[in-house]
Amino acid sequence: MDELMTARALFGSSLGFHILFATLGVGLPLMIFMAELLFQVTKDKDYTLMAKRWTKAQAILLGVAIPSGTIVAVQLSLLWPHFMEWVGQIIALPFQVELFAFFLEALFMSIYVYAADRLSPTLRILSVFFVALGGSLSGALITSANAWMNTPTGFDLAKDGSIIHVRPWEAFFNPSFPAAAIHVLFSAYMTGAFVIASIAALRMLKRKKKDAPYHYHRKALMLSLAIGLIMSLGTAMDGHWAGQVLHEKQPEKLAAAEGLFETQSYAPLALGGVTDTQEQRLKGAVEIPWMLSFLAGNRFDTVVQGLNDFPRDTWPPSYTHTLFSLMIGIGTLLMILAGFVWLYRWRKGGDHLPRWLLRLLTVGGPLSLLAIEFGWVFTCSGRQPWTVYQYQRTSEAVTAATGLMTWFVLFISIYVLLLISTIWIMRSYFRKRPIEQELGFLGLEGRKGEELH
Amino acid sequence: MNDALLAASIIWLFVFMYAILGSVDFGAGFWGMVYSQKEDDRAGALANRFLSPTWEVTNVFLVMLVVSIVAFFPAALSQLSLALLVPGSLVLLLLLIRSTFMVYAYSAQRFQRALSVVSGVTGLLIPALLVLVLPIIAGGFIDSRTGQLLSDKLFMSPVTYAYLAFGLISELFLSAAFLADYSREADDEEAYVVFRRFALIFGPLTLFIGTIAVPLMGEQASWLRINIEGNRWWFFASAVIFFIGYSAYWWPTKGHHHRRGVPRAAFTLFILQFFLASLAYGVSHLPYLMYPVLTIKESVTNHNTFITLLISYGVGMAILVPGFYLFWRLFLKDKRYLHQE
Ligand code: HDD
Ligand code: HEM
Ligand code: HEM
Repeated sequence: MDELMTARALFGSSLGFHILFATLGVGLPLMIFMAELLFQVTKDKDYTLMAKRWTKAQAILLGVAIPSGTIVAVQLSLLWPHFMEWVGQIIALPFQVELFAFFLEALFMSIYVYAADRLSPTLRILSVFFVALGGSLSGALITSANAWMNTPTGFDLAKDGSIIHVRPWEAFFNPSFPAAAIHVLFSAYMTGAFVIASIAALRMLKRKKKDAPYHYHRKALMLSLAIGLIMSLGTAMDGHWAGQVLHEKQPEKLAAAEGLFETQSYAPLALGGVTDTQEQRLKGAVEIPWMLSFLAGNRFDTVVQGLNDFPRDTWPPSYTHTLFSLMIGIGTLLMILAGFVWLYRWRKGGDHLPRWLLRLLTVGGPLSLLAIEFGWVFTCSGRQPWTVYQYQRTSEAVTAATGLMTWFVLFISIYVLLLISTIWIMRSYFRKRPIEQELGFLGLEGRKGEELH
Repeated sequence: MNDALLAASIIWLFVFMYAILGSVDFGAGFWGMVYSQKEDDRAGALANRFLSPTWEVTNVFLVMLVVSIVAFFPAALSQLSLALLVPGSLVLLLLLIRSTFMVYAYSAQRFQRALSVVSGVTGLLIPALLVLVLPIIAGGFIDSRTGQLLSDKLFMSPVTYAYLAFGLISELFLSAAFLADYSREADDEEAYVVFRRFALIFGPLTLFIGTIAVPLMGEQASWLRINIEGNRWWFFASAVIFFIGYSAYWWPTKGHHHRRGVPRAAFTLFILQFFLASLAYGVSHLPYLMYPVLTIKESVTNHNTFITLLISYGVGMAILVPGFYLFWRLFLKDKRYLHQE
């Protein structure tokens, strides 16, 4: 691997690692907030217990999200200094404002965790609200920077190539920002919900009889599936919007995503299959006639540009089609799944869910996390060879430093180690405090402060 | 004041703030590790009680420093990134290990001891490595052809070790001085005695190492040494303030005859001492961001972005003030938190 490839691999894996924890850091606070709210409405103590246990999980995840985010922020400058020169001049604003979101989340997370027993109920809900707000703002703001890389605006280039007439706010609200930010948030909330649903389903499968712990998990499951359903609907609708932005602003990315070579109206939507750039066609895909044209422009006769319209050296890599199909496939599947469970419950009533359904639900969380990874790698790789679309190539952005391979190996090893140890720590923490025991202690309020440590 | 100087002052302010906050944070982690050996040690418990709610907030200050350098001095990045790749990546790895293991240690009873040793020791190294940025940007350790760091030369040079030692000792000093004050706030005389002792040991050492670092700067950074010597009265004033602060550990306390010293006054004066000394160091460093290739004037961002950034700082800070106030009340002031058994 040359230094450029190593830099890309190193940076991509740092982000891929961070994003797992960061996405849950956006999604879980919403679930905690909902559980706190439900408790205020229903006065059912199971919901405070949920909030408490999820908060503990969130605190452990933050322990990884925060330093890994710091890594990403510093590596941006270390590995892509020429890109960051542009960032500093044009799109520094979201990075800057994001700091305040970080402060908001960090301050109120500590307040919620370590001062819960000293806060009034209102102040407690308010602090968990600020945690959720801080996390969501972090996600939306960083997306502004990424969206700007896809649709750079807010500056002019002088004849000598220097950047002039910078308009920071215009860069901030670049054309693909609204769709992307909303999509990132919906998909993060959806992921938080499906991860909780997976765990609840797993726990329900383990229980022999329908006792108090079973009901506790069932409540958690239904809450998370309700949120999961709403958020996956939102994700899909907004993904449609994001696709339309692609059609207008980055047509070759959409063409690569769909493996479309010939420009055409009445273009079909292709799912699955492999792009063959040699033969210039898509192999083994399922095609839904006219659908791509409709998605791109809301009309079946919309003309969608194919890759052949673009110079070959600006084609995005062909695997972006696979990534895109997987993201959409997972989104559709989970939406149907969550809808089905609620439908089932509504038709059959009662609290019984068949075991095969529970088994199916256990994969929702991991799939959702995978979709997040696919989506991000798609947006970043689909932009290749550009770092700043049509302005700066990735090969122009990279550092001149050599010897990156050592760092790549070191960072990857640490990431693998931390993935394993985080799962292990979570399991051992919750195994020490099984739900049966905590349900038994529910009446004794005094334990709360100490428990949260 | 022009944009470049104002931007440099803001960065300097952030460096100073993080130097204090980071030292206290990483140092508290180290003391927490040392004193959690024994089951019922109050000093360790106190250090951890301070650390659990604050480390995330402290980390944001580090991010703020990095983000502000990118925002204010974008043109400096290609040079800086080459020079700092090695120490920067090392710090990142250590930081990842330190924070995760610290959080793990709160959550896992079984390996608590091992986890907290790892996070305590890595935390001790981070400030020392961060301080290495200073000799690197003062010049002489960069390959003028490739722009990359000459690691061998850096690690053969005595001044490197002076800076390293300075980072390490001042971390221990500042955190001990802070924790002495925090113990007093918590009415914990037992812990106070422990941290007061360490503040008394490491204080003069910090001053000593700071003084011997200057003549060690040698050939490469003679420009800086000359400037520093030109500003010697600032450093002298800072030393005087240090001694006044030091003496505060023997000042009488009203109404409590068995308690010795006023740690709040001591810590405040030490901050003032660091403020003066680092201001003098910063002024001596002008006009260079990195000697001899980067001056602040050539690296500063355009005026529009600069103004927008200033406004966003103002608005953001104003919004956050109540949050910081609440945080301070709950964790640094509230006796119910400080005094937990
Ligand atoms: C749970 C995760 C998840 C799911 C189920 C989906 N997405 Fe997505 N998608 C993301 C997670 C994501 C993401 C990780 O959040 C991305 C990456 C960058 C971004 O802005 O959002 C993204 C980007 C992204 C983009 C923009 C890429 C770019 O601007 O470069 C489009 C067009 C879509 N998605 C479309 C969809 C559609 C039509 C879906 C149908 C169900 C869908 N996504 C489901
Ligand atoms: C957090 C989720 C993200 C993931 C998983 C991710 C993944 C990746 C991957 C895999 C690459 C390498 C692309 C390739 O070589 O084919 C990459 C490149 C890059 N990404 Fe992202 N990315 C994410 C978000 C972002 C964001 C939010 C930004 C900007 C603020 C960003 C900026 C970059 C830059 C500068 C590069 C290097 C240049 C380039 O390849 O275009 N990424 N990312
Ligand atoms: C180039 C891409 C990114 C950079 C440079 C980055 C940077 C950071 C940094 C520096 C932190 C630590 C904050 C602290 O010290 O408290 C962090 C945490 C976090 N990031 Fe990222 N991040 C990136 C991508 C993302 C994305 C795509 C999302 C959302 C989906 C995200 C969401 C979060 C969240 C929720 C946290 C949790 C902690 C907090 O808000 O304090 N990040 N990130």
